[in-house]
Amino acid sequence: MSFMRVMRSPRARHEALEGYLWISPWFLGLIIFTAGPILASLYLSFTQYKIGDIPQWIGLENYREALYRDKLFWPSLGRTGYFAVFNVILGVTGSLILAMILDKIVRARSLYRAIYYLPSLTPAVATAILWGWLLHPQVGLVNDILRRIGIKGPGWLSSTDWAIPSIILISLWGSIGGGRMIIFLAGLQGVPTEFYEAAEIDGANTTQKFWHITLPMISPTVLFNLILGIIGSFNVFTIAYVATEGGPNYATWFYMLHLYYNAFSWFQMGYACALAWFLFIIVVTLTLIQLALSKRWVYYEFAEIGR
Amino acid sequence: MSTQLAKPVRSIPIPVKRNKTGAQLLLYAVATVGAVAFGLPFFWTVASSLKSQSEIYTFPPVWLPATPRWQNYALVFELAPFGRFIFNTVIVTALSMVGQVLSAAAVAFGFTRFRFPGRDALFFIVLSTMMIPWQVTIVPTFLLFRYLGWINSYKPLIVPNYFGGGAFFIFLLRQFFMTIPRDFDEAARIDGAGSFRIFWNLIIPLSQPAIATVMIFSFLGNWNQFMEPLIFLNDPSKFTVAIGLRYFNASPFTGDQPREAVLMAASIITASPCLALFFMAQQYFVKGIVMTGIKG
Repeated sequence: MSFMRVMRSPRARHEALEGYLWISPWFLGLIIFTAGPILASLYLSFTQYKIGDIPQWIGLENYREALYRDKLFWPSLGRTGYFAVFNVILGVTGSLILAMILDKIVRARSLYRAIYYLPSLTPAVATAILWGWLLHPQVGLVNDILRRIGIKGPGWLSSTDWAIPSIILISLWGSIGGGRMIIFLAGLQGVPTEFYEAAEIDGANTTQKFWHITLPMISPTVLFNLILGIIGSFNVFTIAYVATEGGPNYATWFYMLHLYYNAFSWFQMGYACALAWFLFIIVVTLTLIQLALSKRWVYYEFAEIGR
Repeated sequence: MSTQLAKPVRSIPIPVKRNKTGAQLLLYAVATVGAVAFGLPFFWTVASSLKSQSEIYTFPPVWLPATPRWQNYALVFELAPFGRFIFNTVIVTALSMVGQVLSAAAVAFGFTRFRFPGRDALFFIVLSTMMIPWQVTIVPTFLLFRYLGWINSYKPLIVPNYFGGGAFFIFLLRQFFMTIPRDFDEAARIDGAGSFRIFWNLIIPLSQPAIATVMIFSFLGNWNQFMEPLIFLNDPSKFTVAIGLRYFNASPFTGDQPREAVLMAASIITASPCLALFFMAQQYFVKGIVMTGIKG
């Protein structure tokens, strides 16, 4: 329908006006709480701005500060990348495996699904607190179990080497059985059984069926979850903030903690905005790379699925 | 045996079936190991919450307390204004839910029931805002609320929810509204109903499952949010439970009050509404997640 034709009749004009009215709360919100702050953030990233002062234009100084002088910038980015890679790969694989198990299970499926799902409902702050206790080096459950099978457990959150793996473990417990698993399960149940039957007649084994039928059929879902997983991983904050406050010795000082402390403890608002824009650029770049790579491996049954 | 007669006929399926039984057993074994791994932390948390100070720090650890110390749960409310925290969270969550449900429904109604230029482009913008890490906007948003004098009030946690309620909810409700035939609207219009009556008396009642799903995820999102109250609230009497949990690290404990046990008890109290909600409304969770890809 062309723009002119819509606008010609008074009835259509009235309808359009009403439509704009109904979506206006969202549009105002977009301007006030998304677009406005993004632009303000871009402007402030070129200024030196402590709360209470007037922003001073300093050009690219904040970005230079981050790249060349801030001793915590690169390590925090590196740690976040380390966390993101393992969190996304293990998380997406784990969710897929659980979904495949649930898909095959006949009896008590909803019970298993409920048990897997419950950790993801637990508030992140509670998850961080209870895992801080589970991973206690001496009296925690995890090291007690390890000791029973003859392994001396590490110091977990209090060890600089094990702190990030601990955060990954906590994050995985809270996310593997969550919405992502449910989405994969729905995807698996959407694969037509005739495909498998046809493959069985051709003599395909379980592994071949997985690589040549299951994975291609659910690849759009996998892509969607990889993208969301990356974005989510770069925003890792609550678990680390609650469990370790960035320690020990900065071992879990992730990017978002660096941004948070700069903005809300040290009130370096301009610099924090520059950090936010770095994060934004990184996340957008990774998303675009994934979308470009996906053309090689994502299979769309219908073009619309990919919208 | 009399059944032997049937044997030759089933000679081909039998080996396949036996193989499948073995695979099924293995499958259940793996599934159960997984369930134990996911469930054990809950067990440990509940057991720890009922331990005494000496049991908490026994080495090697005892799995169950000799006598459950239920008074640890009472201590949660004595050592911190935890009742106040719950009350605050209920207020913030309830008001935010109302905003998210009503405004997301209104916006979704606008996108499905009216034709207007730029509709598809605007809806594409709705979807793409899901990809923006909201932390990018946190500093200017903080400055905006500070300028408005809203810091240390609940307004920063509540008011933004009245502006569309978030892209996920708009998307979910739009998908559902599109399944309601337009004929219903036409019939109502012929009977003289205006847009608001169609929205309120027709679309909303017909969309109860989708509305319920939005309410559930809205509840979880608001109950669990951490960074926003951390940034916007600084007076402890205004804390929500999520940031109130950290209060126990600073509050004074006497010798026989087991700090970790009380902290575990407080964590259980914080998580229990979310877990209870799941058991009450399990089917909405699954449907809602599948419809939109919301991460629960």
